[in-house]
Amino acid sequence: MIAIDIKSKMFPAKGRAGHHLAIADLQLSFNSGEFVCLVGPSGCGKTTLLNIIADLDRDYEGSVSFDLRRSHPKIGYVFQNPRLLPWRTVRENIELAIEGNSSSENIDALLEVMQLTQFQHVYPERLSLGMSRRVAIIRGFAINPDVLLMDEPFVSLDAPTARQVRSLLITLWQQRPHTVLFVTHDLREAISLADRIVFLAAAPMKVVNEIAVSIPRSERDNEQVIEAFRQQLLQDYPELR
Amino acid sequence: MITLRKTIPGLSLLALLSVWQVLATCLNSNNLPTPLIVGSVFWHGCLSGQIPFHLGVTLLRLVVSFSIAMLLGCAIGIVLGRNKKLDAFFDNWLVIFLNIPALVTIILCYVWFGLTEVAAILAVVINKLPNVIVTIREGARTLDQDLLEMASSYRFDKRKTLLHVVWPQLYPYIMGATRSGLALVWKIILVVELLGRSNGMGYQLHLFFQLFDVANILAYTIAFVAFIQLLELLVLKPLDTKAQRWRR
Repeated sequence: MIAIDIKSKMFPAKGRAGHHLAIADLQLSFNSGEFVCLVGPSGCGKTTLLNIIADLDRDYEGSVSFDLRRSHPKIGYVFQNPRLLPWRTVRENIELAIEGNSSSENIDALLEVMQLTQFQHVYPERLSLGMSRRVAIIRGFAINPDVLLMDEPFVSLDAPTARQVRSLLITLWQQRPHTVLFVTHDLREAISLADRIVFLAAAPMKVVNEIAVSIPRSERDNEQVIEAFRQQLLQDYPELR
Repeated sequence: MITLRKTIPGLSLLALLSVWQVLATCLNSNNLPTPLIVGSVFWHGCLSGQIPFHLGVTLLRLVVSFSIAMLLGCAIGIVLGRNKKLDAFFDNWLVIFLNIPALVTIILCYVWFGLTEVAAILAVVINKLPNVIVTIREGARTLDQDLLEMASSYRFDKRKTLLHVVWPQLYPYIMGATRSGLALVWKIILVVELLGRSNGMGYQLHLFFQLFDVANILAYTIAFVAFIQLLELLVLKPLDTKAQRWRR
């Protein structure tokens, strides 16, 4: 389980204000193996929240605690931009993320699920954007993370490619059900992926609502089902519009 | 077309030799011996062991001083490139050292530390170090923050980050510093040897200058330039090709 209790997170601001309060009194918790989508408008601090969880941003008041025996949690992070090392092949990028001895079979299996086996010795510059995103997802799963953070990883992909990568992601997650925090501003995407959706508002960030997605996984490919759920959601909770 | 392009450097070298031969023949002076005479002097210098000995001594000084300057320069350059406060503090120092004439540094080193090998190497290092620092600092300033964040989130240790994230990004800057460094350092070494050593290419060139022996001056110069060319062809270029193979 992950418990987040952020009292305040400020950013320097121009003018008299001095500081801009990005997050205030935010409490969230995530269960082990849960797929949670964080949905909110642009600029509401979703990436900041992920950076705090990933320990990339320590300039805040509050705490992020993991229910673990280890001192440091293992955190996989799939960024908006895949952030692969261009001078390392697909396989080397994955191997580098794994501490100590990497299991070759583990990487083989991940590459196979994400349909990248034949591209494992290729440099990232020769991959399409969709393929690069899949490599970044493999890297995240390969470390066997306590939490996998995904920051709008399918943004700027065309609709069919995004659908394909989403489907591969869910296949992989069902095989390896790690806790996933997935940031998006696309409600349809959130409904198609999440066990639970956390709706966030901006300035400062706060939780507007939390909703469990009741659609069975087997029906998530059906766009009509997703759209019907979305319409129902917006009707029941007008504040989410 | 490709064959023609490959033969161009050879043809160009041949043209240069021809111009030299024609000029030397026309002038018919000891001040400009023909390529054949220089070649003959070079050959005899090699056979007697003089050229290999003095070339070896100079190369040894070059390797030692260049290595120290590159290692120190890379380390300091990375630190200054990543730390704005330190960079602001040392920026003026760098500008000052960049603008001190090489001859001044050499003279001061010999005055302060005597006509010793250490003083000679130190003078070369002090001359080269600021150039390396400035080049590497520029590289360190442009390091991709996204990749550094990725390394941090995946808990790369310092060694892994330096080796796999920082070093490849600095590589073009290091190669630039290496190439310009080799060209600069050996010229400084010649002055260092000319002023205060009793062996090496600089010492020999000084000797031949006093004798107005242009053929030997050219023979020694060709030996060194040929060595640097070989280094470029056999070491630097293959290294470059290997390191850049990931690019499209």
